[in-house]
Amino acid sequence: MPFVIFVTMFLILPTMNIIIGAFQTADGSFTFQNIIDLQNGTIPSSYWISVKISVASAALGCAIGFAMAAAVVFGAVPGWIKSPLLTFSGVASNFAGVPLAFAFLATFGPVGLVTLFLRNNFGIVLQRDLGFSILSFWGLTVTYLFFQIPLMILIIAPALEGLKKEWREAAEVLGATATQYWRMVAFPILFPSLLGTFALLFANAFGAVATAIALTGSSLNIVPIQLYAQIRGDVLGNPHLGYAMAFGMIVVTAVANIIYIWLRIRAERWLK
Amino acid sequence: MSIWARIAGWAALIFGLLYFFVPLGGLFEFSLKARRGVYSLDAYASVFADPQFQQTFGYSVIMALVTIVIGILIVVPTAYWVRLKMPWARPYVEFLTLMPLVIPAIVIVFGYIRLYNTSSWLPLTGSVMGTNILLAFGYTILALPYMYRAVDTGLRTIDVATLTEAAQSLGAGWATILGRVILPNVIPAVLSGAFLTFAIVIGEFTLAALLDRPAFGPYLQRVGANKAYEPFALSVIAFAITWGCLALIQLVSRFSKTAPRKA
Amino acid sequence: MSFLTLTSIQKSFGPVQVVKDFNMGIEKGEFVSFLGPSGCGKTTILRMIAGFETPSGGTIQIGGTSQENLKPNQRNIGMVFQAYALFPNMNVADNVAFGLKIAGKPKAEIDARVKEMLGLIKLDHLAERYPYQMSGGQQQRVALARALAPKPQVLLLDEPLSALDAKIRVSLREEIRMIQQQLGITTVFVTHDQEEALSISDRIVVMNAGRADQIGTPYEIYNRPSTRFVASFVGTLNLIEAKVVDPATNRITIGDQGITLREPLGAVRAGDTVSLALRPEAGSIAEGAKGDTALSGEVISSNFLGSVIRTRMKVGESVISFDMFNSPGLVPPAVGDVVTLRFTASDLLIIRE
Ligand SMILES: Nc1ncnc2c1ncn2[C@@H]1O[C@H](COP(=O)(O)OP(=O)(O)OP(=O)(O)O)[C@@H](O)[C@H]1O
Ligand SMILES: [Mg+2]
Repeated sequence: MPFVIFVTMFLILPTMNIIIGAFQTADGSFTFQNIIDLQNGTIPSSYWISVKISVASAALGCAIGFAMAAAVVFGAVPGWIKSPLLTFSGVASNFAGVPLAFAFLATFGPVGLVTLFLRNNFGIVLQRDLGFSILSFWGLTVTYLFFQIPLMILIIAPALEGLKKEWREAAEVLGATATQYWRMVAFPILFPSLLGTFALLFANAFGAVATAIALTGSSLNIVPIQLYAQIRGDVLGNPHLGYAMAFGMIVVTAVANIIYIWLRIRAERWLK
Repeated sequence: MSIWARIAGWAALIFGLLYFFVPLGGLFEFSLKARRGVYSLDAYASVFADPQFQQTFGYSVIMALVTIVIGILIVVPTAYWVRLKMPWARPYVEFLTLMPLVIPAIVIVFGYIRLYNTSSWLPLTGSVMGTNILLAFGYTILALPYMYRAVDTGLRTIDVATLTEAAQSLGAGWATILGRVILPNVIPAVLSGAFLTFAIVIGEFTLAALLDRPAFGPYLQRVGANKAYEPFALSVIAFAITWGCLALIQLVSRFSKTAPRKA
Repeated sequence: MSFLTLTSIQKSFGPVQVVKDFNMGIEKGEFVSFLGPSGCGKTTILRMIAGFETPSGGTIQIGGTSQENLKPNQRNIGMVFQAYALFPNMNVADNVAFGLKIAGKPKAEIDARVKEMLGLIKLDHLAERYPYQMSGGQQQRVALARALAPKPQVLLLDEPLSALDAKIRVSLREEIRMIQQQLGITTVFVTHDQEEALSISDRIVVMNAGRADQIGTPYEIYNRPSTRFVASFVGTLNLIEAKVVDPATNRITIGDQGITLREPLGAVRAGDTVSLALRPEAGSIAEGAKGDTALSGEVISSNFLGSVIRTRMKVGESVISFDMFNSPGLVPPAVGDVVTLRFTASDLLIIRE
């Protein structure tokens, strides 16, 4: 079958190649040294900052996306808003990339729309007064949120719609207040979906390359940027260390995705 | 619904909408500021006058079209065959098509460079044409999750087995069945997959940059590092194209929903 | 005053009036069924009792207390939903314990009560199961236990059996009735299945388009339907058009066969048409059957339904069905036979709209 050959050649084999390369020395014999060497130099700190950005953007994306999805699903805002919002989210969740970086530069950069607005009208200088720079940890997080929030809305809205009206009424008639209902029924039911979506958002941010490079150049030392530099010019001085780094990336995103899938199956089993 | 819940709902919604639209507005506004003190289209004029823009943009458009054709050729027969003959294989195929969402693009292209370099058994990166082909294949992989899902959803709405038997009883071969019976019936689905592919490929950066091809994404990044206003004008153009594609998807899916299918 | 009193209840959704001037008193420990076709407002009334909907007019009192300003979580009511609505994140025991936990009962008391409730529904052995691991019938029994655990003043059941298959439906409804009598709990049961309502209720309310057409014991509802709607909705009924011959002597004709009714005809004139109702099981065509009245007609069909055989015969313009109990020796009438159906004149009911 052409499909199998194609996928093998251009997806499986290249990935396997990297994974195998991570466990090889320069002359091809087996070793764990590359993985061990990941502890050296700037690599641990780049993983750490990548993880921090991914966690922050996933957590904030979950929180804000949840609030927005809840607003439309539970009817706090008029019903007609739901469909356009979901359509829009479908679009915006695919919006990672170089143009996104420029949009945020133009808005929160040194002479961006919001930066100037705050300075001219309120005398607040983002960098000086709030310690905010678009080229920093928070800058990248804020930028990632642009596609994280819509992704959260897309995934969590159906889960919220799956909360049956009868559960709320059953709880209410048994004496529960709205808070008790949320704490004892709705939240535990949603929990696997929430955590699973968090894992997905985490993987999504962890693998994002283009936005980061366009936004910060090489000033922020996150994994994708370091790997990018390594591929271009072997800055680590050891190709196999590069494979190990890529392998680490696969492990992180794979674990996050496995968590997502596993929790999703759990959530669906309950709701059957 | 209490008044507080309503206020909180509106607050969340308005915050989110600001989050989406302020950066877009900021981008647009900034792209107009090339001339001191007044809004102007100078940045756009300069962009359009740049021969590199025309080259890279043209290159990306061609790559997108090639990717779409490869995608259709690979995905449509596979999805069809799995539905018709190998339903047991569906979960596996679906799993494979979702892999590109799990494995970061940068890792995939890293693998390409190692596997298909000049000293390997298949030295694709050794020639310009070879690298172009490799890039198109890479894009096809990136677009696979979206393309497959779109086509599979399209196939679900038609009765594949009956259509196939009807065509076979009229003496059609497999190529005829796929090209003239199945494909026309899933055109709306294929189109929405194609537009999404187009939107992804036009702005793609990682693959093109690491394979060193003159595509629009790397050009945009390079301009961004060297010029003041042009990259913002370019980004507006990129956004406009993406939005255009996604608007077309909406249009196609709405159209195919309202128009009764002739099957 | 009754334990649960509904006075002049009205409810409109926008311009549509769904419940119109509904009045009823339900005694303590009574089992009342609301019976009526889809959309007649049964659920709406139930939801007003529970507090999920606010009546547009009228008052609801439970045990002498007006419920007007009480939220659903302050009313102490038990409710069972058509779709079970068990909390999917809790096992059976936790579901049953939910109301008690909310009420802040001590753990020992909760455990004892849960055990008692699971014993009542005979599911002790499934306490650890989750809802998705149980059949619909089991889930609905758990839902019943959950509703009863906090000892509610009133139990409301909204078509609790209609998602279940026929066999379980019968056994579970008997179980519900048994538990209800055992606990002596005041119960309102909504259904659109007349057999269900007839078999387990103390009283039945037959509803039609937002009104109570008739309120009475199953026996009264079945044998003395007060409107044409009740007569046609409850049980199978022959509706026969008859011509008045002499209002003074209650003499009428069906086709060309004369009959004298027991019930006074009331304000009608000779030549008027009246509607009469006759249950299929009221008469018999057997030799020597009892009855002071007879109608003869030609058999047009005869259907074997298991325990009974339903035969239809034509009398004048009307078609009359009657049932015979099946027995090994029975020879059903053949199409074309002319048979004579004997019954008591008082079985013929006059239907006034
Ligand atoms: N929230 C609502 N808004 C508008 N109309 C409603 C609402 N709830 C119920 N209705 C309407 O009120 C009428 C009565 O509804 P109700 O649910 O009480 O009927 P029912 O007797 O329970 O029917 P069924 O046997 O189908 O459950 C229906 O016509 C329904 O469409
Ligand atoms: Mg109802």
